[in-house]
Amino acid sequence: MPPPSPEADAALRPLQDVSLGALTMYVVPETSSLLPQGISVYVGKHRGALVRAGGGLAALRTRLRQLTQVMSFTASSIAAALSDRVPDGQLGPDARRHLKSSLGYEITFSLLNPDPKSHVVDWDIEDAVNRYVQPVLDKLSLVANFSVDSQILYYAVLGVTPRFDKESSSFLLSAHSLPHVINPVEARLGSSAASLYPVLNFLLYVPERSHSPLYIQDKDGAPVSTNAFHSPRWGGIMVYNVEAPAPPQASLPLHVDVDMVRVMEVFLAQLRLLFGLSREELPPEFLLESPGSEGLADWELDRLLWAHTVENIATVSTTLTSLAQLLDKIGNIVIKDDVASEVYRAVASAQSAMAKLATGHLHSAFQASKEAVTSSERAFFDPSLLHLLYFPDDQKFAIYIPLFLCSINKEKTLVVRGVCDPPLLLCR
Amino acid sequence: GAELWVWFQPTVTDVDKAWKELSNILSGIFCASLNFIDSTNTVTPTASFKPLGLANGTDHHLLRYAVLPREVVCTENLTPWKKLLPCGSKAGLAVLLKAERLFHSSYHSQAVHIRPICRDASCLAVSWELRQTLTVVFDTFSSGQGKKDWSLFKMFSRTLTDACPLASQSKVYVDISPKNKEKELLEVTPTPASVYEAIVQGDKRTYAVYDLLSPSLFNTSRSLNVQLKWKRPQDTELPTPVLHAQRYVSGYGLQTGEISTLIYNTHPYRAFPVILLETVPWYLRLYVHTLTIITKGKENKPSYIHYQPAQDRRRPHLLEMLIQLPANSVTKITIQFERALLKWTEYTPDPNHGFYVSSSVLSALVPSVIAMKDVDVEQSPLFTSLFPSSDGSSYFVRLYTEPLLVNLPTPDFSMPYNVICLTCTVVAVCYGSFYNLLTRTFHVEEPSRGGLAKRLANIIRKFRGVPPL
Repeated sequence: MPPPSPEADAALRPLQDVSLGALTMYVVPETSSLLPQGISVYVGKHRGALVRAGGGLAALRTRLRQLTQVMSFTASSIAAALSDRVPDGQLGPDARRHLKSSLGYEITFSLLNPDPKSHVVDWDIEDAVNRYVQPVLDKLSLVANFSVDSQILYYAVLGVTPRFDKESSSFLLSAHSLPHVINPVEARLGSSAASLYPVLNFLLYVPERSHSPLYIQDKDGAPVSTNAFHSPRWGGIMVYNVEAPAPPQASLPLHVDVDMVRVMEVFLAQLRLLFGLSREELPPEFLLESPGSEGLADWELDRLLWAHTVENIATVSTTLTSLAQLLDKIGNIVIKDDVASEVYRAVASAQSAMAKLATGHLHSAFQASKEAVTSSERAFFDPSLLHLLYFPDDQKFAIYIPLFLCSINKEKTLVVRGVCDPPLLLCR
Repeated sequence: GAELWVWFQPTVTDVDKAWKELSNILSGIFCASLNFIDSTNTVTPTASFKPLGLANGTDHHLLRYAVLPREVVCTENLTPWKKLLPCGSKAGLAVLLKAERLFHSSYHSQAVHIRPICRDASCLAVSWELRQTLTVVFDTFSSGQGKKDWSLFKMFSRTLTDACPLASQSKVYVDISPKNKEKELLEVTPTPASVYEAIVQGDKRTYAVYDLLSPSLFNTSRSLNVQLKWKRPQDTELPTPVLHAQRYVSGYGLQTGEISTLIYNTHPYRAFPVILLETVPWYLRLYVHTLTIITKGKENKPSYIHYQPAQDRRRPHLLEMLIQLPANSVTKITIQFERALLKWTEYTPDPNHGFYVSSSVLSALVPSVIAMKDVDVEQSPLFTSLFPSSDGSSYFVRLYTEPLLVNLPTPDFSMPYNVICLTCTVVAVCYGSFYNLLTRTFHVEEPSRGGLAKRLANIIRKFRGVPPL
């Protein structure tokens, strides 16, 4: 009989403090049968965990510390959130991979069909989005606003010609040619002109009949099992091969019905990786409950909120510092009253966000940090800052200094004589 | 110029804010400077525009219309226009649209229209229809050594090779209407598979049809190059259209002027009404009491006038009139204006070029000389959308007049520098004299004995008997 850890976790849930950022850990006896054999920590999909006591108090403390680092933030995750402001040497290789914090994201699903004469591709994207993607986005709606759209592009080719491999009689894209794939396609995707928020692109590529089947190779030369790759801060691409290549005499075009379950699995996994919610570096005795159709556990959402709040506050301080430095350099800028009030509001919100973070109120800290970012951006990008007082420095030097230079020197040097004598000669 | 008009849905609460956002987004998508559209060139016409396609209410407060007469259309507008086509410029008819030939022409115009239509005959669901049009006038007469023969290869430097696989219809229509009932005046190669006759704008026209989706077209050769040769030199007289118009500015000096619009009705026996929409910028102050409309020497009173005066720096003038044009007549509409003096920061970088006044729009239902039969939308979507006619006896025409170029009184922009220099010189002179009067002291100076050279010269002069220096 499987251990009843999920049910125990669900039953304990009403007793927990369900506010954002809070974690509850239950320590169960070593011989308890709630946890399966060999597993000493069970992490639920809400904000609770079951820890098996054993091996003494020191071992328990180590286990609790590891659990806190998994379920909540660590120094390296906060450093990754501040990665744009930290010098390069102090960061790990995984920094600068996660999406920057923003008020909203736009997700675009594109189907690329480079050969419409051979393939007529049908995908039921609306149904797939409603069934698989929308629950995840509803869970993430606390973090940002999401909008989803989709398009089909024809005659859109990848920028790289795949090479033919005789042993597997298929076409292969090697790992080092993958960075060159995205650029030619991006010009056709064209959604950045019309959106306020950063765009995440998920592309489904159906290769041409002459280049089928197409597989992506990883660094070791083995074909990738999902046949997909993602690019940090941009999106992901999946290659969908048409099954059972038809004999050459088949009548073109072939009708292809895309299996949306397979495709959406890959895209949702890539979405999690883009946001930085990966579950890889775990000690062996940990067991994580799968979050089901919601896509992510509550504590993973909390991790995202911690990182985004810190990043927002750092952004506010950078923006306001730049504005102050700009005002120091160019003294002629006109600051209107509403710009000044936005700056005051940004500073107040940032300070309250930091105070709330110190006490652990994650939800209100996140809201305050969002308000701070909005106010600081509105102050910095206000078009009225471009108006300067029209009193340029060079005209001041060119016109007024020679006028008053004459009265300074009693011992007249040659230069002063040359400047002052013409007007004074008229008076003699 | 660039023209944008939008009907907003009744659910939109703040139409002006939505208009500003829409014009900015379209400016980014089409690389056209539509972001210069603001309240100084936006108007709300009441009668000239009706929503296309399915529409319920016609509350004209949901309509916004703006024209930017100074914008020119260029390659960077053609590229995003081509990107909207499903096959792009890789297959089908759009293969011909390469920028280097398209802009070697006398006239170039691109348009994008979006309207809601019924998805099928029962009209249970509504779809959005995107219609893109490209109008180019090539002058083959001056570049073709005086002959009016043309071919696709000569005009576009490429030929058609296949149809877009996503198209349900892909056709080329060539106008081979015989003039004055003479046959054998022109010859089209390759021989068209079918010929289509239609009544277009009151005129009977015959078209040769090349259907790119039919498999027999590319049997003999891999590419299609349509050529037209004239057998005999023919007269260059073209028939005048039933409704045409002109507009010009008259007057002298930089204070007042007069805008005149001439509308011609060349129909032999039918009179019809026309709606005239004029948008004049605020810096040309119109005197509406001087508006006169004269037809055949007599005054013609319009049956509907809508006038919205301008507000300085906020809103342009809007004048809409419904005028009845008698048969075979010329109607002259004149209105006087006064030119305003702008603030010195409001002038464009080249103010002596002048300021543009956008073209006026004439909308009319022109009666046709020949009775037109009702054509089904499904059978010929091109003809019903290009030449719409609601009943068989008249067709809808929207005409644009020329834009006008008007000079405003322009200040001399080098004057601020001149004034600074002059004032500073005057101040320096006055200050210098005053300072001298106040601080000049006189003291006696011993004459110096002179240097070595002077003493030597004096010795020589004493010997010569000449007075010393």
